[in-house]
Amino acid sequence: MKQITRKASLQVNQNEGLIFEKSSAGKAAWKLPPLDVPEVDTAKLLGASERKDLGRMPEVSEIEIIRHFTRLSTWNYAIDLGMYPLGSCTMKYNPRVNEAVARVEGIANGHPYQPERISQGALYILKTLSEQLIEITGMDAITLQPAAGAHGEMTGLLMVRAYHQSRGNARKKILIPDSAHGTNPATAAMVNYAVENLKSDSRGMVDLAALEAQMTEDVAALMLTNPNTLGVFEQDIHKIADVLHAKGGLLYMDGANMNALVGKVRPGDFGVDVMHLNLHKTFSTPHGGGGPGSGPVAIKKILEPFVPTPVVVTKPDGTLAFDYNRPHSVGRVRAFYGNFGMFVRALAYIQANGPDGLRQTTEDAVLNANYIRKGLEGTYDLPYSTPTMHEVVFSDKLQAKKGVRTMDIAKRLIDYGFHPYTTAFPLIVPGALMIEPTESESKEEMDLFIEAMKSIAEEVEEDPQTVLDAPHSTRVSRLDETAAARRPVLRWKPAV
Amino acid sequence: MLKSIGLRSVDDLFAPIPAEYRLNRDLKIPRQMAESEIVDFFRARSRENGEGYTSFLGAGAYAHYRPVIIDSLISRGEFLTAYTPYQAEISQGTLQSIFEFQSMICELTGMEVANASMYDGSTAAAEAVMMAVRLTGRRSVVVARSLHPEYREVLATYATHQGMPLTIAGFGDDGRLNLEELEKSITAETGCVLIQSPNFFGTIEDVASIAEIAHKNGAMLVVSIAEAVSLGIVEPPREADVIAMEAQSFGVPLGFGGPYCGVIATREKFVRQMPGRLVGQTTDKQGRRGFVLTLATREQHIRREKATSNICTNQALVALMVNIFMTVYGKVGLKELAKQNLAKTTYAASQFAKQGKVLFAGAPRFNEFVVQTEEDSKAINGRLLEHKIVGGLPLKKFYPELGNAALWCCTELTTRSAIDAAVGLLHEGSARSAKEKEEAAEVTR
Repeated sequence: MKQITRKASLQVNQNEGLIFEKSSAGKAAWKLPPLDVPEVDTAKLLGASERKDLGRMPEVSEIEIIRHFTRLSTWNYAIDLGMYPLGSCTMKYNPRVNEAVARVEGIANGHPYQPERISQGALYILKTLSEQLIEITGMDAITLQPAAGAHGEMTGLLMVRAYHQSRGNARKKILIPDSAHGTNPATAAMVNYAVENLKSDSRGMVDLAALEAQMTEDVAALMLTNPNTLGVFEQDIHKIADVLHAKGGLLYMDGANMNALVGKVRPGDFGVDVMHLNLHKTFSTPHGGGGPGSGPVAIKKILEPFVPTPVVVTKPDGTLAFDYNRPHSVGRVRAFYGNFGMFVRALAYIQANGPDGLRQTTEDAVLNANYIRKGLEGTYDLPYSTPTMHEVVFSDKLQAKKGVRTMDIAKRLIDYGFHPYTTAFPLIVPGALMIEPTESESKEEMDLFIEAMKSIAEEVEEDPQTVLDAPHSTRVSRLDETAAARRPVLRWKPAV
Repeated sequence: MLKSIGLRSVDDLFAPIPAEYRLNRDLKIPRQMAESEIVDFFRARSRENGEGYTSFLGAGAYAHYRPVIIDSLISRGEFLTAYTPYQAEISQGTLQSIFEFQSMICELTGMEVANASMYDGSTAAAEAVMMAVRLTGRRSVVVARSLHPEYREVLATYATHQGMPLTIAGFGDDGRLNLEELEKSITAETGCVLIQSPNFFGTIEDVASIAEIAHKNGAMLVVSIAEAVSLGIVEPPREADVIAMEAQSFGVPLGFGGPYCGVIATREKFVRQMPGRLVGQTTDKQGRRGFVLTLATREQHIRREKATSNICTNQALVALMVNIFMTVYGKVGLKELAKQNLAKTTYAASQFAKQGKVLFAGAPRFNEFVVQTEEDSKAINGRLLEHKIVGGLPLKKFYPELGNAALWCCTELTTRSAIDAAVGLLHEGSARSAKEKEEAAEVTR
């Protein structure tokens, strides 16, 4: 095997079974205070509803729990370890001050139903973040309630539907480019709209002629990611908006890639009517192994009557309150007010950056993606030569000649100490390698990445089997996903 | 770096953006703040946000003790700053922990499979209903009025464009779903019945009887559990076809309503209609045990508009909190914890009964109860607030038929002295109103 680069070396890590396998009767990691009220007879109180057995729940000690989860943690790759260029996911550094302020007593422990009189702190956070996100997006109003991007998409389309309904015709379909995230069509279906695909042109952008041909008064909206999933800014965005608006349709922007725009251009200024943001992408709240996210939806004035309830309002005496009396609202999309803890983190991030910092963050993210593009152009096939914003998409066309595909290269990248890029997406690029460095990476880290990618390309020529069998350095080698799906084992059961 | 890519200025990078749309000014947001200023800002907000109050609020968000190791462990960057475990070989930590989470949720709910998490209890309930509708091919839904009112609202939003008519079934004098009303509401078109147990009033539903009625009419039973700690002492709804849970009680901060942790659990035979991520066990090339995301053909990134749901990012880190909490308390601790909740609540209800009417006495309850008073609930709460006590949730907005009623909650963290103080202040009100009545009577005389 080729000598691996300077980035990573092998390290011993601890084996660890499932927590159930460590359990034995009598071990405990908990202690309750003595009861200060009379003991109760549970059988008498609960009757047939009394539970007698908690099945095979584990019994373990505190040090075992600490070691268990610490050992598991060492089997993960993470941003804190190194570059995590997972395209479309914006794996940027998660500042720790965000975590600290989210844990301040009154913020961590505020009850959602505590009286408004003693909720002014939380209400002020909701109001301030809302105002700042409105300024950043150039929109007119916002709801923070959706729990993630896809949930935001649903909320946005519910408002689109309510808007059209209020004008007498809910319309029938949503146009979605073939480069879109899978959540877009899945969302349209949840709001009972038919999905019509829109082809991209040779630049990887919306084909204006196709759009004009497909745009009718049956179309409720176009869902467009901008920059799109190729990392390309839709240069005809104003014309796209005009085509939609001329037939009474709306422009929905998937804000997954908003980190390419913040402080440089505002969707509200280029014709977007409704968009969602991903606080866990653009605004640095941690990805946490798959969530929690947060998916606020920003809208133009025409959609404001339809926002989910409640909304924060300022009362005549200057105090803040929730307004539930919104007769045209699409209703609630979640209990309470959304993933509040994420609002706290996102606001702390905006505060730490200010206008200059946010603009520079965007500039650095775009600069970094272009640096990687330049570094790997020629080594990997670049299917679209259109200028790159915050992420760049290559294909495995050159390596496929040796039978090596994007997933193989990704797995080999693990041996070099990196998390893989996004594989096989967007769907319009066969064998895609979607790379998003974010602003967090230094030139040194990106140079190591480029070196690793070039080294793998050489391996593909000289010794493709090494790449096909990768990874070689991990606890487990490639796992049998087919077997996992054919006979699903989705929970632990004791060996018989 | 600019030079190496052949550009002169950063502006060149943004050339693709039409000039007329470029922002040529600073965003109108406050200047950069130092870390110390940020911390000060949030401390000030905290002081305006109920810091130092004793609370009797529950209603879908519960104040339980959070063992300190939860935050120690979830703060490890390898958990905090990883994403969805798409690359299994370098995500075994997250994958194994989700597998353990799924397994423990199954143990506690009596179900056969559980997913990796949903956004929260309300959206989990809505998605569970949509799942049951797909499985039965019947579109209408009967919903208990004793289901959390905001969960009902969320379901109504989700159902609007799905062509899913919702019928509400009321509760009886014991606070439980009125079975006669249920019988009358169910038709041959009913895909499922959705209830909550313990329900919004803290009352434990007669799940077996409800399941029987649903099943004999060919409908499924979906049970929402909002107070997970109840599972330590209350028999899980084993007769249900789908359980939609809110696991916030298991070590998740109240956090003014989120992020929380929904989860859906069901029977193995229904798994292919279940929304959300799933982790499964498998082996690598050398036969070693490992875990992967599986059954992805249900999901949006593969199936697009034909997916079971549009959910992508879920609540993984919160599910990890829940997982650690379940591991800390385990088989014995969860039961003892639930018992303390029950004891505190039983004591509190007996004390409150001396000052007001505790409703729904005819059925078992867990850690919440409804107190009806002569005095307006908000007036009572105003008086309690002066003593830094947050009283029960006034129910007039959600259940006007209950008059002056409030939903009170006690957990293991509620002290006897706090209960006695609240009851004393309630007494002050009823004493005052008795005195006022007397005085009024005297004036008339």
